Amino acid sequence: MTVALCRVRRGFYMDSAALMRLSQTIGALPGIAQAALMIGSPSNKRLMAEAGLLGAAAEAAGPNDLVIAVRAADAGAGEAALAEAEALLDRPRISQSDAGAYRPRSFAAALDLLGGADLALISVPGEFAADEARKALRQNLHVMIFSDNVPLAEEKALKLEARERGLLLMGPDCGSAIIAGAPLGLANAVPRGAIGIVAASGTGLQEVACLIARAGSGISHAIGVGGRDLDAAIGGIGTLAAIDALDDDSATAAIVLISKPPADDVARCVLERVGRSSKPFTICFLGLGPTTLPANAREAATLRDAAELALGHSASERPIAAMKRTPPAARRRWIRGLYSGGTLCAEAQIVLRRAGERSYSNAPIPGGEALPTGESAGHRLIDLGADEYTLGKPHAIIDPTMRLPHLTQALGDPTVAVVLLDLVLGYGAHRDPAAAIVEAVAAAPANRPAIVASICGTAEDKQGYDAQVAKLTAVGIVLASSNAAAAEHGLAIVNS
Amino acid sequence: MTTAPRIAALLEAPPRVINIGLPVFAEELQAAAIPVVQLDWRPPITDPRIRALLAKLS
Repeated sequence: MTVALCRVRRGFYMDSAALMRLSQTIGALPGIAQAALMIGSPSNKRLMAEAGLLGAAAEAAGPNDLVIAVRAADAGAGEAALAEAEALLDRPRISQSDAGAYRPRSFAAALDLLGGADLALISVPGEFAADEARKALRQNLHVMIFSDNVPLAEEKALKLEARERGLLLMGPDCGSAIIAGAPLGLANAVPRGAIGIVAASGTGLQEVACLIARAGSGISHAIGVGGRDLDAAIGGIGTLAAIDALDDDSATAAIVLISKPPADDVARCVLERVGRSSKPFTICFLGLGPTTLPANAREAATLRDAAELALGHSASERPIAAMKRTPPAARRRWIRGLYSGGTLCAEAQIVLRRAGERSYSNAPIPGGEALPTGESAGHRLIDLGADEYTLGKPHAIIDPTMRLPHLTQALGDPTVAVVLLDLVLGYGAHRDPAAAIVEAVAAAPANRPAIVASICGTAEDKQGYDAQVAKLTAVGIVLASSNAAAAEHGLAIVNS
Repeated sequence: MTTAPRIAALLEAPPRVINIGLPVFAEELQAAAIPVVQLDWRPPITDPRIRALLAKLS
């Protein structure tokens, strides 16, 4: 039995990254099962209520207030943690990463400071992102909205306003973009080249860009449009604008389009636009069956296939046949995928489905099966970036330690034959994601399941692709050349 | 449909960025030698009494 306690600090603001770091510190205190420090916005309060952390004291908190909530073994431990949180909040300048730098308070002042500014990158809490985006558009700035939880009606209104003004609006919920070599949000260091990407998926964009870069080619621009752009309610406004832009761009010779399956009418409209281009397209609608495409377009079932079709050759550096394959013990039958990238989790589900294997996921692809409650029979592919795993915590791409309890559990599960992992490198990602995994693997029983990983990254990323590979392989983790290849290798192990 | 001239211009050269929200994105742009300014953003005041007071002051 645990107790949930909370306090509210009125009129207090700190950015969410700093609050997540504090949440982790408080969550690690003795007797604390869970801790969340969040501003009292409606969406945060909803998440906290769902987690049973929102006490009566916090129900009236607003976006200008900070809610400190803990679940503790007993009231004593809870009160001590709340007091510690308050003390940490009172430390001077805890939220300032570069306290000395002048920071303007308004767009007008920022524009004065940075002459010729042409793009606003917005990652404030979702409730406020639309207002900031509107202000930016009205200053004639292109916009990327990293924030999620922006209401659908606001998304549509913003996209229409951007189109009216002749501006590019990427997002909301746009995790990654590369414009003329500039990494926006979570993005990898990839060389400039002739392949353009339009993606309604952040890690989908990153995986395809990295596979192209590691195969020696490059990216002209990678434009994110946000996960809902091809839904019926939005109608692909952002996708059509991005296709127009890359179609007219002289640096772009071929275009890759990545999304979950669009609404039927939106797919028709987008494919009709694709057909009017003179450039070759690769269409990757993840989880959609075969589709009728225009003559200049080819269909890719996976992100790896999309990269290979755009490249015109195989992207694999290590063929599956060359990888070590040890048959698992008889009781070990199942694959457990622990993903930091949502689209990488979807791609693994597609690989299993294509092989005729059933899998369960908390983020099932269309026609896929939801994760059952209870014991762990069956292949389970988990998107650890989903809301239920990230309450008050940094995303697994930013903080790889959030994956460790799941990894430790899977490595100790006698029915699991293979654990699949993705590591996402690049700008905005953790400095050394392999380190935490290596530590967990070193502490695992000797007869642990096989581990197959893939790395979404490049040699030029600050973490270093080769350095991360070396750390993982040193503890016996098998490295696959792509996320799709990792899932294929996992299947080969369970079926051997 | 042709591309809006402003969007075509955006793709010509790396953008100059105003970052609103997570400071890490500004730090990463700086590391990539992209010009960037971090806005000092706070949630808008939602309490109507304080808003009214501020309106009086301005």
